[in-house]
Amino acid sequence: MIAEPATDPLQLTGDGQLRNFLSIEGLPRSVLEQILDNAASFVDVGDRAIKKVPLLRGKTVVNLFFEASTRTRTTFELAAKRLSADVLNIDIARSATSKGESLMDMLRNLEAMASDMFVVRHADSGAPHYIARHATPEVAIINAGDGRHAHPTQAMLDMYTIRHYKGGFAGLKVAIIGDILHSRVARSQIHALNILGAEEVRVIGPRTLLPADIERLGVSVYHDLSQGLRDVDVVIALRLQKERMDSALLPSESEFFRLYGLNNERLRHAHPEAIIMHPGPINRGVEIASEVADGKRSVILHQVTFGIAVRMAVMSMCMSGRETEQRGRGGDHATAR
Amino acid sequence: MTEQAPQTHYTAAQIDALLESMAAQLRRHLAERGISDYALIGIHSGGAWVADALHQRLQPAAELGTLDISFYRDDFSHRGLQSRVRPTALPFDVDAAHLVLVDDALMSGRTARAALNELFDYGRPASVTLAVLFDIGRRELPISADICGAHVALPPGQRVELRGPAPLTADVIEYTQRGNQGRT
Repeated sequence: MIAEPATDPLQLTGDGQLRNFLSIEGLPRSVLEQILDNAASFVDVGDRAIKKVPLLRGKTVVNLFFEASTRTRTTFELAAKRLSADVLNIDIARSATSKGESLMDMLRNLEAMASDMFVVRHADSGAPHYIARHATPEVAIINAGDGRHAHPTQAMLDMYTIRHYKGGFAGLKVAIIGDILHSRVARSQIHALNILGAEEVRVIGPRTLLPADIERLGVSVYHDLSQGLRDVDVVIALRLQKERMDSALLPSESEFFRLYGLNNERLRHAHPEAIIMHPGPINRGVEIASEVADGKRSVILHQVTFGIAVRMAVMSMCMSGRETEQRGRGGDHATAR
Repeated sequence: MTEQAPQTHYTAAQIDALLESMAAQLRRHLAERGISDYALIGIHSGGAWVADALHQRLQPAAELGTLDISFYRDDFSHRGLQSRVRPTALPFDVDAAHLVLVDDALMSGRTARAALNELFDYGRPASVTLAVLFDIGRRELPISADICGAHVALPPGQRVELRGPAPLTADVIEYTQRGNQGRT
């Protein structure tokens, strides 16, 4: 297990509350557990007659998606709206940045519109960190996926799903299969599983799709799918990111499926009650067979539902940390209740 | 309703007597309004303990409900999100239901207001009755309890803290505005 990391001032306030959510790395176990606990309370909001709570009423959340993503953007938008925030979706392709305006100019303009939170997706690793360092302290930044670096809210919704179905992380064996090299999701999942105390995290894939020093993240490496799946409690298939790789990394999709595709036959090696997860969107017949994706052990659609609750938890915690931090600077005007 | 002399500790026996009084008041209150089918809802966490005790005494048909009002508090911008939010559980249809909202203490009335706001996000109840173990009496909103175990007038800086879940006892404690976690 990775030791408790030192406090990251870019992510945490002086008293340890979340202020930005940029990566799993640098966060203590207690904050990850608080995200999961709060998410548990937000899950029910989707079942109510009025699917809203008033926590972020009057706040403005800006979805800054420099990279296309319908699914993630939609869940962030829904999460913000269920918290009663106003949401702006900035279509970067049509924005002034494409007319020569710099990123910083655009941010300053959005800040001048009294935005309270930026949800940032970017093809370059580190872009949300850059924005967090340069944005005004009044704005909270949430990383919605940056390059090959991190996708922390996806990892936390995966952790929520695992905890929901398995009750916790102690004694748990988790296998992550496929394109680890290009996967920001896998990187964040590995950090989260280690911090939360999973017994063993395995990565399974061809050498060409595994980073050379992946063991340094505290994982066991397997190149044989059947061996890697032996007795695991959780199986996470990753999307093959064809858009991020040149053809030399893979002989063909059918070859990948033959060696690393999840089907019922291969799953016999896993624990009989193992759950099957996938961050989506699925390439059916490439990394996962339909019989598995739609099978009884698949929790893929539940991941999507939990994703909204987890993002509500992260957004409200960031706003909470920021509000209390600002108030701490300006003096406490709280009244007796 | 029992008029309580100022005291700093409430024993389990004293709390038990207050609960008996509340149960009797509630029976009368509901009978006067012709309500036989109702549901009890306790506000986390002290209110849930009191509601559980009333549920055992009154045994309504509906399962006990619990409410965590953290997402509805009006001081989010001051205090942020509470560290431990417990899921709200309402195992019955709120729409057109007669509800008895239970809390351990009523002070400013802001918790009751938040609870009402949350309940109405689940549906439109036929009626809501407010039952509290202690009425501290420093109201900031036009909200009062229909059922009350004891009126305990406390000066600013003091409140009653219920300890439980079993046995239920209570203490009058000093608190700072910063340290106050926003009870009623």
